[in-house]
Amino acid sequence: MTQVHRGWRAALVLVILFGIWELYVDLGGADPLILPPPHQVASALYTDRSLLWSNFLVTAEEVLLGIAVAAAVAFLCAIALHLSGRTLRPAVYPLLIASQTIPIPMIAPLLVLWLGFGILPKLVVIALVSFFSIVVTTLAGLAAVEPELIKLMRTFDASRLSIFRHVELPSALPGLFTGAKIAVVVAVIGAVFAEWAGSSSGLGYLFNQSLPQLLTARAYAAVVILSAFAIALFGLLSLAERLALPWAYQQRGDLLS
Amino acid sequence: MIEAPEKEPRDVQSPGGVAVEGVARSFRTRRGVVQALDGMTLRAAPREVVAVVGPSGCGKTTLLELICGLQPPEAGTISAPGAALMPQRDLLLPWASALDNASLALRARGVSRDEARRQAAPWLERFGLGGFERARPAELSGGMRQRVSFLRTLLAGKPVLALDEPFASLDAITRHEMQGWLAHVLASEPRTVVLVTHDVEEAVVLADRVVVMSPRPGRSVAELEVRLPRPRHATDLAVVELREQAFRALGVER
Repeated sequence: MTQVHRGWRAALVLVILFGIWELYVDLGGADPLILPPPHQVASALYTDRSLLWSNFLVTAEEVLLGIAVAAAVAFLCAIALHLSGRTLRPAVYPLLIASQTIPIPMIAPLLVLWLGFGILPKLVVIALVSFFSIVVTTLAGLAAVEPELIKLMRTFDASRLSIFRHVELPSALPGLFTGAKIAVVVAVIGAVFAEWAGSSSGLGYLFNQSLPQLLTARAYAAVVILSAFAIALFGLLSLAERLALPWAYQQRGDLLS
Repeated sequence: MIEAPEKEPRDVQSPGGVAVEGVARSFRTRRGVVQALDGMTLRAAPREVVAVVGPSGCGKTTLLELICGLQPPEAGTISAPGAALMPQRDLLLPWASALDNASLALRARGVSRDEARRQAAPWLERFGLGGFERARPAELSGGMRQRVSFLRTLLAGKPVLALDEPFASLDAITRHEMQGWLAHVLASEPRTVVLVTHDVEEAVVLADRVVVMSPRPGRSVAELEVRLPRPRHATDLAVVELREQAFRALGVER
């Protein structure tokens, strides 16, 4: 009940914001060619639907594959860092932070030069922007295991591997989900930058094509779709987390869901 | 009946007994080195329940970790045939069912999931947890969680059980129930038990012998034999008498 209630309130706020936007343009606050009112964006969403859809599929594939690659690599990386203890972590952690300081709009064209115009440079860019949050949250989950629980396992003659498998790995899963939820939201932005650097399809590409032709309503429609896509991914991950890890959901409440 | 740690021949050499002789152990904290134990002596014959009571921070948990072999003593000797720990907080795995939590020690040794469940299932029934096999810890009461935790330690199959204030986190009524329950279980499943507690009454009700520790650095200052028939009740005159003796040994004016 409360879930539905909250959804309605968010929708109400959105409707009010769109209403203000519509009124502002209708009352001559801005040239509709520069700032199209919401009803024009909505009609662009409808009339250009096949064009938007085919380009959306391209971007969606990039984002989903990129996130999958990032999540897999980040999860393994976090585990390796955790298991190596004090040897690997000081050596690799600064590099991980450095990976976040790379200005994506600058590195993206360089990656296109190197890896071509296919999907590969897009995956690299998306993985680059989403990798870090997943590593950090997974590592936090692994490190949050009670030291007493490890001691308990040792009195049960558990091997290092057994402790990892039965205690640490399950503890890390909520962190993986949290990291992935943070990552999907920025992954979409990464995809757009990667498409701008060199591509012939995708919503980021379509946006770039639409703007010089003053098809601003279509450009806004692309923005709306990308934003809705990121929100949908976030929601799907929250749902998947609740189904896969109900115990974590009960414990933590819905801080990040 | 208050005696110094005695020298009388007790069957501590045969398998299953615990002998802690003049043990010292310190640990490092941010504020320097803390001497947790110094000159700690304790003996438990096979199948004997020995309670260790002492003021907070007297090194009781350190003592159990030494007996479990989690850390070596800096001085003195420890001989224990293998001990499984029961921590103060239940530390059940929140994602695992009661059955899977109880069989964790079996899984830790490499027993397959199905086999571990098959072995643990009848015990849950015996421990009054029948019907809760698939319940996660969040769905269990404090007393039930503690029972699962004890079962998990018992199923490790070690000759010695090291119980670290097992009922300290429970409310008074549940704690009382659980003490009766533990006495009952140990009567049917005798093990060598080192029970650390700050609850003197609990020590006298459950143990064959009570070792009293000094404040930090912890060492044994007195030993009380509890030669009383079971089941014992906190209100039994003999129990009350021993309890008062233990308090005196702890230096508590009553």
